[in-house]
Amino acid sequence: MGGKLFKNFSFFSATLSFFILIGIFSILFTYAQDSIREFGFDFLGSEIWEADEDDEEIGIFGGYIPVIGTMLSTLIAMVIATPLAMGIAIFLTEIAHKTLVKPVSIAIELLAAIPSIIYGMWGLFYFAPIVQSTFGGQGVGLLTAGIVLAIMIIPFMAAITRDAMNTVPDVLKESAYAMGATKFEVIKDVIMPYSKGGIIGSIILALGRALGETMAVAFLIGSVMAIPSSITDPTTSIPVLLANNFSEAQGLEMSSMYYLALILFVVSFAIISVAKFYFLGKKVK
Amino acid sequence: MNRLLLNKIILVLSTLSAIIGIGFLFWILITLSYKGISALHLSTFTNDLVEGGIRNLLVGQFTMALMASAIAVPIGMFAGIWLREYSNNSKLASVIRNLSDIMMSAPSIVIGVFVFALFVAPFGSYNGFAGIIALTIMMIPIIISTTDNMLSLVPKELREAGIALGGSKHKIIMQIVVKAAKVGITTGVLLSFARIIGETAPLLFTSANNQFFTMDLTGQFPSLTVSIYNLATYPDEASRELAWAASFVLTAIVLLINLTGRYMTRNKK
Amino acid sequence: MNTKNLIMEVKDFDFTYAGVDDPSLKQINLPIEKNKITAMIGPSGCGKSTLLRAMNRIHDLYPGNKYGGEINLYRENGEKENILNLKKENDLIRLRQDVGMIFQKPTPFPMSIYDNVAYGMKLAGVKNKSELEGRVEKALKDAAIWKETKDRLNSSALGLSGGQQQRLCIARAVALKPDVMLFDEPTSALDPISTGAIEELLAELKKDVSVVIVTHNMQQASRLSDYTAFMYLGDLIEYDTTDTIFMNPNVKLTEDYITGRFG
Ligand SMILES: Nc1ncnc2c1ncn2[C@@H]1O[C@H](COP(=O)(O)OP(=O)(O)O)[C@@H](O)[C@H]1O
Ligand SMILES: [Mg+2]
Repeated sequence: MGGKLFKNFSFFSATLSFFILIGIFSILFTYAQDSIREFGFDFLGSEIWEADEDDEEIGIFGGYIPVIGTMLSTLIAMVIATPLAMGIAIFLTEIAHKTLVKPVSIAIELLAAIPSIIYGMWGLFYFAPIVQSTFGGQGVGLLTAGIVLAIMIIPFMAAITRDAMNTVPDVLKESAYAMGATKFEVIKDVIMPYSKGGIIGSIILALGRALGETMAVAFLIGSVMAIPSSITDPTTSIPVLLANNFSEAQGLEMSSMYYLALILFVVSFAIISVAKFYFLGKKVK
Repeated sequence: MNRLLLNKIILVLSTLSAIIGIGFLFWILITLSYKGISALHLSTFTNDLVEGGIRNLLVGQFTMALMASAIAVPIGMFAGIWLREYSNNSKLASVIRNLSDIMMSAPSIVIGVFVFALFVAPFGSYNGFAGIIALTIMMIPIIISTTDNMLSLVPKELREAGIALGGSKHKIIMQIVVKAAKVGITTGVLLSFARIIGETAPLLFTSANNQFFTMDLTGQFPSLTVSIYNLATYPDEASRELAWAASFVLTAIVLLINLTGRYMTRNKK
Repeated sequence: MNTKNLIMEVKDFDFTYAGVDDPSLKQINLPIEKNKITAMIGPSGCGKSTLLRAMNRIHDLYPGNKYGGEINLYRENGEKENILNLKKENDLIRLRQDVGMIFQKPTPFPMSIYDNVAYGMKLAGVKNKSELEGRVEKALKDAAIWKETKDRLNSSALGLSGGQQQRLCIARAVALKPDVMLFDEPTSALDPISTGAIEELLAELKKDVSVVIVTHNMQQASRLSDYTAFMYLGDLIEYDTTDTIFMNPNVKLTEDYITGRFG
């Protein structure tokens, strides 16, 4: 291959992500048009999702329930995952003996590598009954989905936080110890502030993951179009609604599904961009 | 509160977090092995889904993941090469890097919806090609980022030495730079392969699933992961057993590939 | 040699790093005189930092190192305490408040100038705001950096120049009113003007604290210190007044090093 061709093909490949992202946005936006025109932004506030009895092509469709379900399950996951992930990162960078760091890191990374459908299976058959007997409810529901979602994002969040904490120079920590600081004080006053950008970035990235997670939640959230009145109630989320009903929908319902996909895409795009620019803005040397 | 006590408490809590994390790993792996192995028979591997086995599913899942890799690896590598070797770290390069990272974190179900609109709806039928395309889109940004990172570790002097010997730029890139980063890139490829072979959401309404053995990519294509999702929700015991067996096999494959990748770079870093 | 007025004393001290077979320091004997500056010189890798880092037990952050012998710290009341016997975390914290340390590279914490200096005192339990403010000001003055910082106490310490940052770190340590301050090549990352400022500062500081300084720079040792220890390959070869070491050393090896024949 000649040099020119090589370079051009490289460039073409590099720009491909750009075109794919534009493509995703345009396609979702185009196919969501009918729904956007019909419901506008009220779509987000309406909880009715019903096809017309006589004509499957039309009906009233509102995204409130899946949007709320997505937000709540993500919120539960974040509340549980964040402290645990911080704890693991602290353990790996500041507490664990050298010989433990490697195996624990590998274990955490393997946890991240397990496919989400496996979390769903395991959660449905092993974890949901425990949630049910502890907190009541039907086993599947917001809480179960949130907890298992937390288990899924913990390793991811912990790994990035660990990497950020590892960038703190030893001598900076040593000088805090030399002032008579305890380990916790060094973590709180030196390590956390120093690696703040990376830590917050990891939390936001994990949030983005949780929002878009499909399979684990599909097994566990209950998949019913209902507003949860308690934390153990079943409901649904955007990815789960898409996973279960997208392919059978038609007409306006289908367009509303595209609308939901568009919302999810735009929101995660925004969230990841925030994390990225936070990272870049705070990147220390 | 006493600062030493507070210190102890935090250290104990952190250690506990790590124990909880590892606890979940073992809990999942142990229940999975227990359920999965007891449901596994030789016939599980020799029968297709229609006869209560996973042969066609394994072949289907691997076919799609391998073909996706065949497309995504060269594209991703070339893109990474452009970013690191040709872009001079221009503004455009940083835009592309960021977009690629964003694409890496895009919800996989949305990619499924996108591919459905372009490659399923117009043809009126689920098809294996659509599944491959969805997986390719998932894989490209991972390969880009791996290649980009690994090439950045290759010392500048190596490139300069090559140029000084009179090599042309693209030859030096292929013959020296990429070679120097070979192990790291291979690891990245294995890790991303391990990731896409376990994907379900982008396949649900692209390749969908098929009970029978087929290599025809223009029609519904068998998938291990989609089958697990379907089987787990069937009420009969046999389906659930098969779902466990399939889950066990899938996890074993994913973790083995993942560990192999890690093993390759064990001496690095 | 007059050894009546000691603040610290290293006796028959051995040190072995974790996972290493041979000791990095062998049978070190070194007195540290009160309110004097003691310099440690010697070629790179001879164990100067290792010895210095034993004197506030900062080595203990990394498990598995082995100490032998004694390092005594003489208290106000004349009592002596072998710091190698300290086990409880609380005692180590107290030791580090009594024996401060300044590193080669400035290490401002990611917080404001004021908080950097107040940090150690807050850790030590000083809560009274006016006392804190008074001591911060005093420490900054003692470290000769008050003028440059008094109008920007609440801005980030990371915005200071390298030399200012190093003086801030000294202020931070001084604020704790330590008995001893350990300096590990404190000027080797600084420009000549900042170096001069720090050297002046050290000469002032010895009124209040005893100073141990590791330095690469022999002129610095001869200008600044009262006593000098020459180390080589983990041994302490010679210790004496700085004048003797530089003008009239007893050991041939010391002379060779001083005159630049090796190292
Ligand atoms: N963390 C460590 N582990 C093992 N050996 C070390 C460590 N730090 C230093 N050493 C060794 O101890 C010896 C003394 O090092 P050091 O005290 O840093 O020398 P100096 O400060 O005089 O240049 C050297 O041989 C060095 O290689
Ligand atoms: Mg040194």
